[in-house]
Amino acid sequence: MARLIRMDRTGHSTVAEWRADDPAAVEAAVEAFRRELDRGYLAMVTTGPGRAEHVRELPVDADTVILRKPISGG
Amino acid sequence: MEGAVLPETASVPWRPRVDALRLRRAGRLWTLTTVAHVVPFVLAGAVLLWLEPLAAPVSLLCLAHAWVIPELYASRGAGVMRPRGPGEERSERAAAGLLGDLVGHAARDLHARTGVVVEPGRLGAWVVGEAGALLVRPGGRRVDCWCVRVDDPDLPAGDRIAHLLLALRTDEEGFATVANLAFSGARWRVRRRLARRMRPALDAAARPEPTSGPARAA
Repeated sequence: MARLIRMDRTGHSTVAEWRADDPAAVEAAVEAFRRELDRGYLAMVTTGPGRAEHVRELPVDADTVILRKPISGG
Repeated sequence: MEGAVLPETASVPWRPRVDALRLRRAGRLWTLTTVAHVVPFVLAGAVLLWLEPLAAPVSLLCLAHAWVIPELYASRGAGVMRPRGPGEERSERAAAGLLGDLVGHAARDLHARTGVVVEPGRLGAWVVGEAGALLVRPGGRRVDCWCVRVDDPDLPAGDRIAHLLLALRTDEEGFATVANLAFSGARWRVRRRLARRMRPALDAAARPEPTSGPARAA
């Protein structure tokens, strides 16, 4: 089961879960994904040890997609 | 999938993208600045003492200035790693769990002991804290101190680190471009100003073998 996770004040929340072979779950996950992006979150997927990538569309085949807020210089 | 460019770099279009060459230049500039602060005061102190031994107190004040100013700079650099304080225990546990999933065993253990994460990169080894990061250059002698954070004070400490870690892993040079360079100088100068708990992480970052993540390029 793939998960869309949002880092928030609770530590993290699971926003959506889906399986690639379940179109309804994928559609719900895509909707949730877009909603979070509209709220200003950035979506990241781990692409290997020590590597991550920013995505603008939900990668349905990913195991975990993490939503984070933008960073800035302090 | 998007290309490996940190989206936040769009918010600082006036900044040239940081690379190894720019880092070296910035480091030299910091060294020159330190020399420019220290040498005049040391010379003034020595000359005063040579001209008039009774001016020894003033001479000592000059030497104190020569010592204090670089110390203040180094202190400002180490200050980027100051923890913001823990949040609610359950949130902290959940955040630490997610962060633990992102890093390897060694980095996870180090985080449990030091509160920071060591992440090897191409520019050097990074020590990532809650609101800043230290970049230990290859060779381990120079450290760049970066002020960078996620703008949400309610996030637990582990999540603040995870935010920075994911951004760093997406685009290391972009990460350094977005961050503000607070100090660049010798590792020992930063280390003595760093919280005692975090010092092992800085030492680990200075060692040639990475703790986790990708191998360092030249």
